Amino acid sequence: MPVSLPSSSLIYSALKECDVRLLSALPETWLVHLIRLAEQDPEMTLVRLAKEEEGVGISAGAHFAGVKSAMLMQNHGFLAAINGIVSFAHLYKIPLLMLISYRGSFGERDPWQTQGGNVTEPLLRALGIPYCFLDAAETVKKRIRHAQTLAESSLQPVAVLLTRDLMWEE
Amino acid sequence: MLRVDCLRSIYPELERSLVITIMGAVATELQSLGHRANFFYLQHAMGLASSTGLGLALCKPEQRVVVLDGDGSLLMNLGSLSTMARYRPRNLVHVVFDNESLLSVGGFPTATGTGTDLEGIARAAGVPRVATVRDLENFKAAVRGAEQANELSTIIAKVEATGPSAYVTGLTLLENRFQFQRHIQSLRKA
Repeated sequence: MPVSLPSSSLIYSALKECDVRLLSALPETWLVHLIRLAEQDPEMTLVRLAKEEEGVGISAGAHFAGVKSAMLMQNHGFLAAINGIVSFAHLYKIPLLMLISYRGSFGERDPWQTQGGNVTEPLLRALGIPYCFLDAAETVKKRIRHAQTLAESSLQPVAVLLTRDLMWEE
Repeated sequence: MLRVDCLRSIYPELERSLVITIMGAVATELQSLGHRANFFYLQHAMGLASSTGLGLALCKPEQRVVVLDGDGSLLMNLGSLSTMARYRPRNLVHVVFDNESLLSVGGFPTATGTGTDLEGIARAAGVPRVATVRDLENFKAAVRGAEQANELSTIIAKVEATGPSAYVTGLTLLENRFQFQRHIQSLRKA
């Protein structure tokens, strides 16, 4: 499977450097290494979800407890979490660091991913969610750190889009 | 059995817990008994009260967390039972007020009114302690028993489909949210 282990490790260590100690996740191909890294890390609480919207509540609970968290999901998982994002995170000013694999964009071979790819950025814009891209190893750490800083200072959801250029090796 | 009577019967014990409620009648009735800094009312995001309680319980294992859920909300997020059961925090008590109705939006029946068994679903999901109670004495005993057992518990409390006439209270959502967070921070320092 040509999911990039070096890029995944870089993302994971960036999260650790930001003091993230809880990760909620639902598996998808591009996220397998990240989830395995969390599994093997005794310092990380990994919460495996049935559906991504649960992660909004989990992260809110962690925030109330003073624990920094992040959500790992596919862009279709972001779609599945939107009500929670709007009617909890936005309504109650809860910081969310959302790492979203940007499937269905240029280079996508799986037909079933393509519709979600079309609507990801328009939806982020419509929801007023600030977002950035992870597309090169050199900028991963800085962008994750900046995303988390903005989420915490603005008390709102912030999205980091994991792109094919970074996550897929072929 | 009335939900407000259930709440009244455990109100003193709730002082020692972090309490998360769903929206609607549960939030309004608990506030009518007297708001406390350790109560958080999730006034939307139906289904996520239990997820919030799980996140809090996992991050604050030394603190008792009580979620006051409802049948309509839980039916929107049944997966939460499987996620709670997976991690089964010992400090989490999950109470579900089941009035078989979406009371605050016209009283339309939920699936528990036509036979869906939330206790059975919770048990099959792997929640280690489950019970259904229909009277106040058993309700109180079940909540107390759950706290003493020190094991994840889901208690289905069958209540009448009646509630307050209005739902908006004087407590603003953000005031509640920041007060709750500050309360938890003060526990950390203590």
